[in-house]
Amino acid sequence: MAYADDAHHGPQSFWTRYVWSQDHKVIAVQYTIIAILVGLVGVALSNLMRLQLGFPGKFDFIDANRYYQFVTMHGMIMVIYLLTALFLGGFGNYLIPLMVGARDMVFPFLNMLSFWVYFLSVIVLLSSFFVPGGPTGAGWTLYPPQAILPGTPGYDWGIILMLVSLVIFIVAATMGGLNYVTTVLQARTEGMTLLRMPLAVWGIFMATILALLAFPALFVSGVMMLLDRTLGTSFFMPAMVSMGQQLDYKGGSPLLFQHLFWFFGHPEVYIVALPAFGIVSDLVSVHSRKSIFGYRTMVWAILAIGVLSMVVWAHHMFVSGMNPYFGFFFATTTLIIAVPTAIKVYNWVITLWRGDIHFTVPMLFAIAFISTFVIGGLTGLFLGNVSVDIPLSNTYFVVAHFHMVMGVSPILVVFGGIYHWYPKVTGRMLNDTLGQVHFWITFIGTYAIFFPMHYLGVLGMPRRYYAYDNYSFIPESAHTMNMYISIAAFVVAAAQLLFVFNLAWSLRRGRAAGSNPWRAASLEWQTPQTPPEHGNWGPHLPVVYRWAYAYSVPDAPEDFIAQNAPPEAGGHEPEPHASQGVVA
Amino acid sequence: MNAESISTQEPAGVFRVTRDGPEGGPGGGGALHGHETRAPGSIGLWAFMGVATSLFSLFLVAYAMRMDSPDWHRVALPWQAWLSTALLVSASVAMHLATRAAREGRMEYARMALRLGGVGAAAFVASQLWAWQALYALHVVPANNPAGSFFYLLTAMHGLHVLGGLVGFAFVAVDRGSGPRTVRRIGLCARYWHFLLAVWVVLLGALGWLTPEIVRYICGTD
Repeated sequence: MAYADDAHHGPQSFWTRYVWSQDHKVIAVQYTIIAILVGLVGVALSNLMRLQLGFPGKFDFIDANRYYQFVTMHGMIMVIYLLTALFLGGFGNYLIPLMVGARDMVFPFLNMLSFWVYFLSVIVLLSSFFVPGGPTGAGWTLYPPQAILPGTPGYDWGIILMLVSLVIFIVAATMGGLNYVTTVLQARTEGMTLLRMPLAVWGIFMATILALLAFPALFVSGVMMLLDRTLGTSFFMPAMVSMGQQLDYKGGSPLLFQHLFWFFGHPEVYIVALPAFGIVSDLVSVHSRKSIFGYRTMVWAILAIGVLSMVVWAHHMFVSGMNPYFGFFFATTTLIIAVPTAIKVYNWVITLWRGDIHFTVPMLFAIAFISTFVIGGLTGLFLGNVSVDIPLSNTYFVVAHFHMVMGVSPILVVFGGIYHWYPKVTGRMLNDTLGQVHFWITFIGTYAIFFPMHYLGVLGMPRRYYAYDNYSFIPESAHTMNMYISIAAFVVAAAQLLFVFNLAWSLRRGRAAGSNPWRAASLEWQTPQTPPEHGNWGPHLPVVYRWAYAYSVPDAPEDFIAQNAPPEAGGHEPEPHASQGVVA
Repeated sequence: MNAESISTQEPAGVFRVTRDGPEGGPGGGGALHGHETRAPGSIGLWAFMGVATSLFSLFLVAYAMRMDSPDWHRVALPWQAWLSTALLVSASVAMHLATRAAREGRMEYARMALRLGGVGAAAFVASQLWAWQALYALHVVPANNPAGSFFYLLTAMHGLHVLGGLVGFAFVAVDRGSGPRTVRRIGLCARYWHFLLAVWVVLLGALGWLTPEIVRYICGTD
């Protein structure tokens, strides 16, 4: 039976090879480049915010409106257009077919379309910087009614472009997501059972399912708010007086928007966290030359986190007010999520325990992730309790929490993953010295930036404020702290330019990597060519005989056994497995 | 066994893998490769139907939650909604007949029924627009009453999914083949048409008969 239909040609010209490409590897690189570029915009915006917070009033061009626009665009860009796009569109596209032994995604044309639609959404988003009134300053949660009313910057054009861009992004993510799910389910090579897939694929797979189910909620809320703004419907808009005028809106429910938004918004946290979990599992195993501890519990934990993440959304709304029984329910589910998450952390640590740890740059980032994720997770336990959340919710404690747990942690994994797989993508290693410098500045810098924010939060310093003049409860030391945080943020931002430079420089000047520089067992390192050619595997698909974690197997000639090495080589997964009977 | 043959019209890049052996080679265990039983398109469509189900469920939840407010005034269904329903049912039946005929190898009949199914769906969209016009003539504009807003919104969302289906249908309609691939594609069309019908029936029920009293009863807030 035909695996790929006739339309699936090898690329001929520059345009079909690099621009209108249907090859998952090229699309992955396209997604990654655009996500990193838009991510740099997000970093720049965060530094502009820090200019105001660290040196209030010193920079005239940052007025309150501008500040809120920076906050909003920074949040939306980082969460959606950088992290989601990079993990699913970048890592997902590159790794899924190579790791499961497929020649490409099952719907290559749709895959290409997914990238270009994503690109369009980025253009629409960034164009809002150039319209009258500028981008929206409604905060990344875009809560109505303020998001579309005068008084909020960008209420005229910015918010419309933001909502349109989100709707376009969701179309792109859906097209990509259908591909990833179907490829994992349908295009695995012989021997690659679901329970032999590397955890990176499991994480991306589950995150994609979450994206497919949760993004519709953002779509619904986005479309309805767009209609409220443009046609004057009252889905979310209550009757109200604005600027001394009675508006035509009546009866709408702002709370309905919050439910819809967070029904998307909480799974979104795991849409970026689950791929990070998966990738870290693989990095930890490869670079400590040990099989991952508790592979199956890792898979079950990913599934459990995925399911639970759909029933915790209202913990973002404790301060919006709700029936105490609902509060109890959502606090409970939120705390239960700590169980599978803690299992994962234990398993990473036990994998490291007595491992032959190589402190390569990817490994440093993976270990750094475990540290920041544990810190962010612990503060999550504070905030998951209603009675603790309510006083802390509007303070810098929450800023510290979510940046540690879903900002810094996934981005550290993005870096680790790029340092790890860059040799496969380009055939060259990233420069190690630059990588070390980049790592240490970023890692220490993130603590320097976000750790003090916990204290500011406990002190009661409110978040979202443009200026903190004349608040008697905020001591002078807090202002000094803010200045210090800002300086750390500038240094960390500058270090990211080193990373971008490294990406470009190593493309031609990097040390040749060979096909498997990390001596990794998973399938993507066993391609006949590096970088892999169109079709990935040459004339014959690989056949898989074991899991992806056969490291340091006693009596083996090398300290890893590739997934597609002949069955006699040993190194099979510890759990009983359907195909082991065939092998033995 | 398990040979993979690769066509070599173009030296590098083109790949067209065929599997003509049964499953169960070394390490295979037969626990993988849906290719034999289900094409990727089928799984892809199931996944898409999952996404669309999530989308419409969330729209309905929003509809029900918004209903529970004092400014809600029911909008009577225009009679065109019944015409639409009849058209979509016929389209679905035609698609079903097309699938059955295609599986039995009666391709001429299958293609005719397929076209009827497509025309039925297009007529459904036209009838929905007619319903909009009828409501608009009664001064039910999108902005003045949330029930009216939701009527336009939900029918528009469903209509867009029908139009998307018609784009897919167009690819199948020009497929002159009679092999298993064509038969499968007709089957996918039919499945999506049944799905559109099911969504429409649920939407119709919600638009026509879901009242604030029922919502309050379900939510236990009365």
